[in-house]
Order: sequence, then C-alpha cells, then structure tokens
Amino acid sequence: MSSKRWVPISSRLGGSSVNVDTQQQTSVRTLNLVQALNDALDVALEQDRRVLVFGEDVGRMGGVFRVADGLQAKHGKERVFDTPLAEAGIVGYGIGLALAGLRPVAEIQFACFLYPALEQIISHLGRYRHRTRGRFTIPMVVRAPYGGGVHMPELHADSPEGILAQVPGVKVVIPSDPERAKGLLLAAIDDPDPVFFLEAIKLYRSTRVEVPEGNYLHPLGCARVVRRGDAVSLVAYGGMVEVCMKAAEVASREGVELEVIDLETLVPLDFDTVLASVRKTGRAVVVYEAPRTGGFGAEIAARLADEAIFDLDGPVVRVAGWDAPYPSFASVEHHYRPDAKRVLEAVRQVLTR
Amino acid sequence: MIQFLGGDGRILGDLPLSHEELVRGYRALQRVRVFDERAVSLQRQGRLGVYAPYTGQEAAQVGPALALGEGDWLVPSYRETGAALIRGLPTYQALLYWRADPAGWCYPDGLRIVPFYIPIATQLPHAVGIASAGSYLGEDWVALTFVGDGGSSEGDFHEALNFAAVWGTPTVFVVQNNGWAISVPTESQMKNTCIADRAAGYGVPGVTVDGNDLVAMWVVAREAVERARAGGGPTLIEAMTYRLAPHTTSDDPSRYRADEEVERWRQRDPIERLRRVLDDLGLWDAEQDAEFLRELRVEFDEAVRRADKAPELEPQELVEHVFETMGPDQLEAWGVLRER
Ligand SMILES: Cc1ncc(C[n+]2csc(CCOP(=O)(O)OP(=O)(O)O)c2C)c(N)n1
Ligand SMILES: [Mg+2]
Repeated sequence: MSSKRWVPISSRLGGSSVNVDTQQQTSVRTLNLVQALNDALDVALEQDRRVLVFGEDVGRMGGVFRVADGLQAKHGKERVFDTPLAEAGIVGYGIGLALAGLRPVAEIQFACFLYPALEQIISHLGRYRHRTRGRFTIPMVVRAPYGGGVHMPELHADSPEGILAQVPGVKVVIPSDPERAKGLLLAAIDDPDPVFFLEAIKLYRSTRVEVPEGNYLHPLGCARVVRRGDAVSLVAYGGMVEVCMKAAEVASREGVELEVIDLETLVPLDFDTVLASVRKTGRAVVVYEAPRTGGFGAEIAARLADEAIFDLDGPVVRVAGWDAPYPSFASVEHHYRPDAKRVLEAVRQVLTR
Repeated sequence: MIQFLGGDGRILGDLPLSHEELVRGYRALQRVRVFDERAVSLQRQGRLGVYAPYTGQEAAQVGPALALGEGDWLVPSYRETGAALIRGLPTYQALLYWRADPAGWCYPDGLRIVPFYIPIATQLPHAVGIASAGSYLGEDWVALTFVGDGGSSEGDFHEALNFAAVWGTPTVFVVQNNGWAISVPTESQMKNTCIADRAAGYGVPGVTVDGNDLVAMWVVAREAVERARAGGGPTLIEAMTYRLAPHTTSDDPSRYRADEEVERWRQRDPIERLRRVLDDLGLWDAEQDAEFLRELRVEFDEAVRRADKAPELEPQELVEHVFETMGPDQLEAWGVLRER
C-alpha cells in the first residue's frame, strides 16, 4: 500500500476540536478576505517558482474582484496572466501544466461558470492520480467566487460545492474568514492534490481581521468550533457561518447557547469534530445555501443519522436554499438564501420536538 | 494534400528521407501492425478487454511518433496505441491497458507519454498546458497530441487550438481523419470536411496530408515539431486515413458502411505502399520481411507472457491513490474492503 494515512488534525492535537496552528510570523495587518487572498497568492508566487496564477481578467486587471490585484506587475506576465474566455480550456490547460510539474492556480470568474469545465473536472482533475496509480498527479488549485446575498446579475450566485464534493479525488475548501482563508489557500497551493477553493462573494469585503504576514498554513481537513454552546450544534461553512453566528447571538440573548461549527474543508471532511459537538448538544441544524436536496448538508445529516442517532434528542434539520434555481428576481432573492431568522426557526423546531 | 508515395506505391518526386529512415519507418509500421492484429486476436480469445484497433491508420500515427525527439511529449487518445509503442511504451503495458489492469496506466518514470484518453478531445488542452510548462521551465520539449475527425467537433478542440495559437505554445495537433466517428461519417460531422482549413481561423499553419503515406506523415510532422521547438508555435496536421477495422472490437461496421469503401481503402494500405518503395529501391526483401515478422511475433508472445504475470489488485486498493494521503472516508472503505 503506497498511500499515506490521513490523521485528523484534531486528534493529532490530542482530541481538541479547536484548531491550534503554529504560526511563526510576528507582524499582522488588518485585511478583508480579498486582501488576505491576494496576500496568500503573493506569498505563494514569491516562494515557489512553480506557481502560476491565471484566469479570465486575472492578469492585467487582477480579476473582477481584484484578488490578483498587483500580482502581474510584481511577478511578471509569465506567472500571472489572462487566459482566453474558455473555462474548460482554463482547467484543461492547468491540468497540462500540473502534469509537467507546475503548480497552477486558476481562477474561474464565478462558480456558476465552472459548469463548462465539469468534464475536465470530473473526468480528469479528480481521476488522474487514481487511474495512473500515483504516476501522474494534479496539484492544482481552482479558485472561484460563489454564493448569493449581494444582488448579482442572473447566474452569479450559485453554490456548486455539493457537485464538486461528489467528484472523487478533488478537495473542496470554503473559508469563512480572512485569516483562515490565507492559511487555507496557502495549504491548498501546497497540497499534492487538486483543490477547489470557493470564496463567498458576500464575505469578500464584509469584515477585516488581523492577518499575519508571510507564509503560514492552516491544514485542510479540519473543522473548527467557532462558537461554544450546549443547546444545538449549527453546522455551516463559507457564507453561512456569518449567518449562524448572528443566529447564535440572538439566541444567546434569550439564554440559549448555540454551538457553531465551521467545516472549512468539505473534502476531506473532518466529521469527528461535528460528531463530538452533536454528541454534546444532542441537536443539530445544518445550514447551506445550495438547493436542499442532495446538497452537502444532506450528507452531514445522513452521517449524523448513521453515527449519532442515539445521541440525538431531536430531528436533524436542514436550512438550505429551496429546491429551485437561485432566483434571478430581485424581489424574492432574500427568500432563497438562509438567514438568521430561518436558522432560529429551525433551532426552535429541534428544541421543541 | 501532401504526398510522397503514389497510391500504387510509386515515388512522387524526391524522397526527403534517407534509406535508413525508410527502413526504420517500415519496421515501425510492421511492429505496430503485428501488435494490432495480435491484440484483436487476443480479444477474440477472451484474453483482452474491448480494444480499439487502428488497422489502416499505422502511418498516420507512426510518422508523427517518429518525428518526436527524446524529450518530447505524446498526448494520445485511445486510438494511438501504435504511436505510444513507437514512443517507448512497453508492449506488455499496452496490453495491460486494454486488459484494464492498473499496470497499463503506470508508465515507467521518465516516459513522456500520458495514458490514453477516453473522453473525446479532452487531451487537447492538456497538451497545450504541457507544452506551455516546457517553455516556462526553459525546456525545449514539444507536446504532440492526436484527436479524431469526430473529436474536432468538441469544444475542447476549439479551446485548445485557440489557447495554443494565442500563446504560440509548442504543440502539434494531429487529426486522424479516418472518415468515421463510430457510425457517423465526416459529412454528417462538419460542413467543410477539410479540417486543416480551420487552422486559418486560429491563425496557425494547417496542412492536409496523405495519412497512409508514412513518408509524408513523418516529414510534415517533423517540420511541425521543429517549428514548434524553434518558437514558431502550433501546427494543425490533418491526416487523411481510414479505419479498416471496426471502431472497437465491440463494433459491427456492416451496420453503417459499405464493403466497397473498405476495399477501396485496403488498396491504399500504408504498409503495402511503403513496401513497394523499399522493393524498388532494393532495401528490403521478402526473406527479411518474413524473418522480421517472426521476430515481432516472438516479442509479442513474450509481452503476453509478461502481462499474464501481472498481479491482481486487492479490493482495498480501489480506494488508494484517490489522494496522496487517504482521507477518513477512503480509510474507512479501505478497512471494509480489506476484509473481503
Ligand atoms: C466526450 C465523449 N463523447 C462520446 C464518447 C463516445 N465515443 C467514443 S469514440 C467516439 C467516436 C470518435 O470518433 P473520432 O473522433 O473520429 O475518432 P476515431 O474513433 O475515429 O478514432 C465516440 C462518440 C466519448 N468517448 N467521449
Ligand atoms: Mg474518426
């Protein structure tokens, strides 16, 4: 057997479900998500000549959200560049770069526009290592802004993480905070396997936090408890973490303490952290903004049914997008994406049944 | 259409290859034909899985394979077992691929061939990426990739040619236009049936070649490879050829094409055509031919024996190599499968 074993970081650190990453750097700055990601790309380009950053409007303009701002000027047109407008081409081209030993970091302008590349993703990105028994590997990162809540034009707000998580052989990471995002992106670029890195558009400029300078890695495959509580476990990721935190604040004023888990990495999933929390609280609400049926939260609910059924004191409820396309109609958009109110309704439901 | 050998095997003008090269080319053609014939017969005996023969298309793939230099990459579809053999894929590994044995995908380190591609045309953007990586790394390798006439309808064909053209990557695209995409003839596949014409749309050189003329295929591919290496960018080569065999060993071509058409193309067999030239030039005789074929068959039988010895996978190995390090889900499955 040639594959190495995966050990969840939480258990390596002695069973704590809160991550303690070692960080050597000293100086910090206050950055939003866009700036933190830009910083991560800058660090990666600086320290590894194999890293190339490319995509539509990424070179000259730095990407439509400016995540690659200034990188072409600093690292050169050979390493940070625009591609023609063709998503299958972008992913397929990146696979070729990786086959020949480079570390491509591609940007897809919006996650909705990953769809033209699905064949390359499903048939090659996730399969290459497996079919060649490790002879060829694709250490590639594909970044894409995803999710709703900011009134974008039609087809700019989908959450396709469940589709990607269904593809064996690709990892899926969705950060919810700038400091974590930088360390996770650096870990994704460093990872020997393909990683999808989905960035919630809603969070791009919403908050600023202290972000250390230089290189630091937050290992993939570790969920985090971002708020402690004992009444109900809220399980979320990306843009929904903020929503759950809001719900938890409201509940706390009424004396109900909700625990909030940020999965951060969907694949490989650190289910142990979820399980430990639900065993403690006995109740779970899973929150995601993709359509409910077959979504990634459905997987969490199914695993809880598998492994925690006797620890549960109530139903596992999903708060998700409705089973309809993300609406392109401004007047109803806010009904689609889960908000704190819907999360709290679900909390009431699991506490009273 | 570029041609050096007439349909009857006569030489048209000066041959741009040396006598040694002609013999080398002929031997390569025979070698891949013996593989092809033997592979089909193994499949009929139930000792190989579904196989995609390339009978009649040997020159179209051997020419470009011979045109590559040592450090160059081959990016094939499922149709190019012949090209891969010429580029150094060990025969037993080629057999193991068509036996769906993992060793058929685990190419020796350093062999610059990526394993065969089943999803049509998806290999083309990879060839652009590989070529581009070479330029970035300061290597002078070229990536040569194959696709079929049917594959030229896919979006990846367009995207790859456009990327390669815009960036001038050292990529050589070879379309084996064998007239059919399973049962769909070229006329139902495209309005303008000259695929090389499309090169102009991308701003790259395009050339139509007699794909059953080894000399033409070798020389044209060599020129394209040299141009790519010198920084002259990609070339689109269209090889006019014909699949004499079924699409795969599961296909029944009598459902869609006439025997006369097959017969007409059989008269243009690439090996016969080159042999007549070698005959005329006194470079190769019947005795040598018989002896060489005997050697090839012995070599093939040895490869079969070696392939037969390949160990079977253990059930739990099916969840290995999903990631470099197993995730918890692979680990759980691994434990369950190990008990099988
Ligand atoms: C994306 C995709 N669609 C369909 C198929 C099924 N298929 C396999 S071969 C083939 C025909 C290909 O024809 P062509 O490109 O001319 O290559 P040839 O088989 O003639 O060498 C089809 C439709 C496939 N393998 N991949
Ligand atoms: Mg064809």
